[in-house]
Amino acid sequence: MSTAAHRRPLPLQIALWVFIAVWFMMAAFPFFWTLWGSFKVELDFFSIADWTNALTGANTQSTYGSPFTTAGYEGAFIQNEFWRNSINTFIVCFCVVTVSLTIGTLGGYALSRSGYKYVFWLLIIALMFRALPQITLVSGYLPIFFDWNIWGYLPTAILVLVAINQPFTLWMLHSFFESIPKDLDEAAKVDGCTQFQAFRFVIIPVMWPGVITTGLFSFLLAYNDFVVTALILNEGNRTMVPQIAAFLGTTYTEGNVMFAVAAVVSATAPLFILVMFFQRQIVSGLTAGAVKG
Amino acid sequence: MKHRTFFWFFLPTAAAMLLFIALPIVSVITQSFFTPHEAVLIETENCGPFGCTKETTIDQDATAAIREAQPLGRFVGWQIYTDRGHLAFGEVGEAWRNSDGLRSFAGSLMNLPFYDALVFTLTYTFICTPFLIILGFTIAVAVNSLHRRLKGLMIFFSLLPMIVTPLIGALVLSWMVDSRGVLGNFLSWLVSDPDLSVKASTPLMWVCLIVYGIWSSAPFAFVVFYAGLQTVPQDTLESAQIDGATRWQQIRFVVIPHLAPLVTFVALIQLMDNFRVLEPILGFGAQAHAQSLSTFILSDLSGETRQLSSAATTSVLTIIGIAILLTPVLIRTWRDFNAKSH
Repeated sequence: MSTAAHRRPLPLQIALWVFIAVWFMMAAFPFFWTLWGSFKVELDFFSIADWTNALTGANTQSTYGSPFTTAGYEGAFIQNEFWRNSINTFIVCFCVVTVSLTIGTLGGYALSRSGYKYVFWLLIIALMFRALPQITLVSGYLPIFFDWNIWGYLPTAILVLVAINQPFTLWMLHSFFESIPKDLDEAAKVDGCTQFQAFRFVIIPVMWPGVITTGLFSFLLAYNDFVVTALILNEGNRTMVPQIAAFLGTTYTEGNVMFAVAAVVSATAPLFILVMFFQRQIVSGLTAGAVKG
Repeated sequence: MKHRTFFWFFLPTAAAMLLFIALPIVSVITQSFFTPHEAVLIETENCGPFGCTKETTIDQDATAAIREAQPLGRFVGWQIYTDRGHLAFGEVGEAWRNSDGLRSFAGSLMNLPFYDALVFTLTYTFICTPFLIILGFTIAVAVNSLHRRLKGLMIFFSLLPMIVTPLIGALVLSWMVDSRGVLGNFLSWLVSDPDLSVKASTPLMWVCLIVYGIWSSAPFAFVVFYAGLQTVPQDTLESAQIDGATRWQQIRFVVIPHLAPLVTFVALIQLMDNFRVLEPILGFGAQAHAQSLSTFILSDLSGETRQLSSAATTSVLTIIGIAILLTPVLIRTWRDFNAKSH
């Protein structure tokens, strides 16, 4: 495609490069800056005197004898026991992904194989549920959870997150199963399988790409959630994100902003790795709904 | 698939959604009409040699008995909806009578917490959404013109603002625009005002939140449009070139019409998501400058005294708001569906 007609005039090419560079800086710079700064002391991270201190770590050098320090991480993980929150996050994410994929696959498969009109309505209802701000639901849960004494525990939060996740999971898996030819399970049924056997032996072996993509988004929803975990978990069971929010309340007064910075960097790292490995799935997942609908 | 089989396949997910999405909606609607019982007070008169004194105490047993008998609380009808913290009919009417122009009326409206939150939420939603669509589209066109290797790298970094936890993303930016942070320093150097503090000024804080909103959601629009660009019909593009269309005309008359359905999709998702804006306000610590409907509910729900009725009422109003926002889209989907089935 390098014919003369396709070659861009130089000013346009330059404008394009400048734009790309500016967007690259906007997207990536904040994270690198915070990662770099998390190994400094607060006076360097927030440099009032000279902003180059944040790069060279002059104050870190004079405090710890080296331009890098892991004091923030030690403070967060050891002093404030942030590792507990990390474990909670791991439990919540693992359970949410497993449960919501299990029931979501069954539901999404059923939606894609039933030709009746109610499928449309179920999908529209799911879309409306997806539109509800989570916090409005949480204000509905609280009095009931208090009454039943299930407020504050991880399983409660997991159940809630699974349910909140369902509308999106259903939409995605529905459109994915639509792309698997119906002939496959029809053939199995002709050979004498029940619907469930057809699902079990014919569909399950070929459904993994779609399920993995959907699972990624379930994971992101559970990992990034703030509203549900902050309002439903008690202090001892907090996951990472509400704990970081809690750091803001307590550590700002104690002058330990660096704990929060270290916690933020630690909570972002898994997401970085996730995007690195699953970039293609994330992109295809985001576009699946769009291209179909 | 038979109805029966469908039922069993769909049951678990339907149960989850009924229990944790549909029932809570019923629960907020009910709660919004009830308010907690007031404590039962008894007045006793102690008469001594120096006259009588009246004393009020809380009758613990009677209070507990009433709470037991009517666990929902006291029925108050629409009272919570119309009180000062929500729709504030009385105050609005008064402001309307007392104000001498639309401007002063708007001013006094903004002093009412609910309208303040509503105005910010709507401003945020309706400024962020179009801008992020434009930015996302521009990034998509720009990245699409890159070399194949660079594309992957750019997609990776472009995804970051969207993938990262909203609260964390907001915090990272908030530390940078802090008056001691690198961007804050840069801005005050730019306007040569050493005392400039973004976080102290309401308009600047609003701008900041909106910029954050665009920054964090543009990648979504970018990815969707980028995928759409891969399916632009090359024949049409080529014939446009042969007919002498300029680059801009090719984009305007071939690419944009091709992507139009995707724009509707992105707009729909983003309207939903921006309407629930919550984490950025907490991350930037901007509660003093901006309240959204979600933070309004959050502040009722957290804290020592959980004001569940008030939160429930705001929730119902929020749900009505999102319903109004989505009606046009739903009507459109309904028409498309009917057109398809005929």
